Amino acid sequence: MDNQKKKKVLVTGAGGALAQRVINKLKLRREYEIIGVGFKESSYFDDTIINYRIDFSKRGFEMVFREHQLDSVIHLGRILLYDDTPSRRYNVNVTGSKKIFDLSLKYGVKNIIVLSTFYVYGAHPYNPSLIDEMFPLKASNNSSHLADAVELEYLSSLYMLKYPELNTSILRPCNILGPGIQNSVSLLLNRKYVPCLLGFSPIMQFLHVDDLAEAIVLAYEKPEPGVYNVVSEDWLPYQKAIKMAGGVPVPIPPFPPSLSKQIVRRMNIKEFPDYLLNYYKYPVVLDGSLFRNTYSFKAKYSLTDIFDYYKRQKNLRIF
Amino acid sequence: MIRTGLKVLANTVGRSVSLIQKAEQRMREELVQSTELIPEVLRKVLVSDEIKELVKLMPKQIGDHGYDPWGYHPDTAEIGLAVLKAIYDYYFRVESYGLENIPKNGSAFVISNHSGQLPIDGTLISTALATNPHGPRAPRVMIERFFPTVPFVYTFLTQVGAIIGDPINCIKMLENGEIIIVFPEGIRGSGKPYRLRYQLQYMGTGFVRIAIQTKSPIVPVGVVGCEETIPSLGSIDPLARLLAIPYVPIAVPWPLPAKVIINFGEPIYLEGDIDDENEMIKKVDFVKEQINYLIQKGLKQRGKRFL
Repeated sequence: MDNQKKKKVLVTGAGGALAQRVINKLKLRREYEIIGVGFKESSYFDDTIINYRIDFSKRGFEMVFREHQLDSVIHLGRILLYDDTPSRRYNVNVTGSKKIFDLSLKYGVKNIIVLSTFYVYGAHPYNPSLIDEMFPLKASNNSSHLADAVELEYLSSLYMLKYPELNTSILRPCNILGPGIQNSVSLLLNRKYVPCLLGFSPIMQFLHVDDLAEAIVLAYEKPEPGVYNVVSEDWLPYQKAIKMAGGVPVPIPPFPPSLSKQIVRRMNIKEFPDYLLNYYKYPVVLDGSLFRNTYSFKAKYSLTDIFDYYKRQKNLRIF
Repeated sequence: MIRTGLKVLANTVGRSVSLIQKAEQRMREELVQSTELIPEVLRKVLVSDEIKELVKLMPKQIGDHGYDPWGYHPDTAEIGLAVLKAIYDYYFRVESYGLENIPKNGSAFVISNHSGQLPIDGTLISTALATNPHGPRAPRVMIERFFPTVPFVYTFLTQVGAIIGDPINCIKMLENGEIIIVFPEGIRGSGKPYRLRYQLQYMGTGFVRIAIQTKSPIVPVGVVGCEETIPSLGSIDPLARLLAIPYVPIAVPWPLPAKVIINFGEPIYLEGDIDDENEMIKKVDFVKEQINYLIQKGLKQRGKRFL
């Protein structure tokens, strides 16, 4: 296809493992001109992909929109929970995303996919199972550290409703696992001795990064604006998942909660911060039927495939 | 000479590293296996082939690794059922009638009277459903909301089929073709004193609405005998408030071995406008009538209270 006729897609967070898989999947379609933007790691692609290393909360970011007449934006770039200070996270994740929405409006982008997270629902003892998309987002009750994730959600919903021409879809995936994934659960399962709370083993859902990339591409190619939970149809308690990934669960006393928080702080494990403790105590199980029915989505990777990778990785390391 | 020496050294270091690696891997595997020891021993000691067969026969949608979205796990359910079956048969000497009325598959709402301070009636109805000779079902029970904060207990309860009482859980479970036991009287029923025995308390309209909404039949149940397990004179309310629990009964501290009779009625299929409060109240009254009839039937069937 002629380069001029190709649709132009901006993928943010291009340095991340998920974005790279999305880009590779889009590249194989040969219908798109892909522009990658990452603000942290520099990423390496072949010369068919234009790649910028730029902070999208900064002014210079507009240049990307001006230079390429973008058709769509896949917004995956995010500072992960424990990665930076809350204020910096807020700046990039919320203010930066607002900038992306504003620029998309200004330059006539026709389709936006926003990646959110299941964390926005909050982990609470009263949570029912199979939470659907209309469930209130209670993560801020857990901790102010999660406020940026919730605000990004509300901001995206506002733009989705106020500017239908943007065709915004918001995806809320469950725990993402797989090679290169740096989120809390993935890093924890990569450990040989994994902290957990004594007597608590909440049911969790896991999705392979490649399946999520496929889901993002599906949502991008057939825009049906809305909010969607993206999950695989299998469930596993946390402690069982640790064992399947070849790790040993190391229990922390659950009572009183202040003591467990103290212990977690003392352990100083970056991917196991005290404000995420409730997610390893109470279940947050999502209902993915809306996305499954809208896009005929089915996860290809089974939980055994996913955990075998972690098991193999562990056995390769000495310590 | 130096080269050979270095080679030997490198080989030795390499071999020791790989030995350490293998030993560490082995140790980890052993540790993981040891954490599974208690449930495995319990299964071997308690679970008979008959129980295994019953659990296998239950129509149940579970994931590839044996769990469903609410945490049900057949292996643990087998242990739970083995313990309950012994209590059901030998301690309370339960007699169940009308088991053929329980749908063999698909969603259903089992609505019963509630009594006896502790949810013993719930566990006995569950056992009757799970051991039904006409087709065993994996029963789901709705439990109090403070349970998820209790370590070990909640994990075990969810694995045997319990879940916190929430309308979303209830609707999604029925949509998933589950059978749910509900006591619409709640603590009004279980916490009532002995002088109010076998008198149905107020029931909300929520269960009728959900049954109509999910097109699930209601199976009315009358339990007789649980009132006598822990007869209470009343509740020490100030202590209950202090402990943040619904009631503290003035009663014997251990359930008495009263004989229990459970009568299952014919399934009721309801239709109607769920927004019409008066219509819903009438339907609740109809279900209450059925339960009352089954209680009276049970009282006649029962001989002496403890024999």
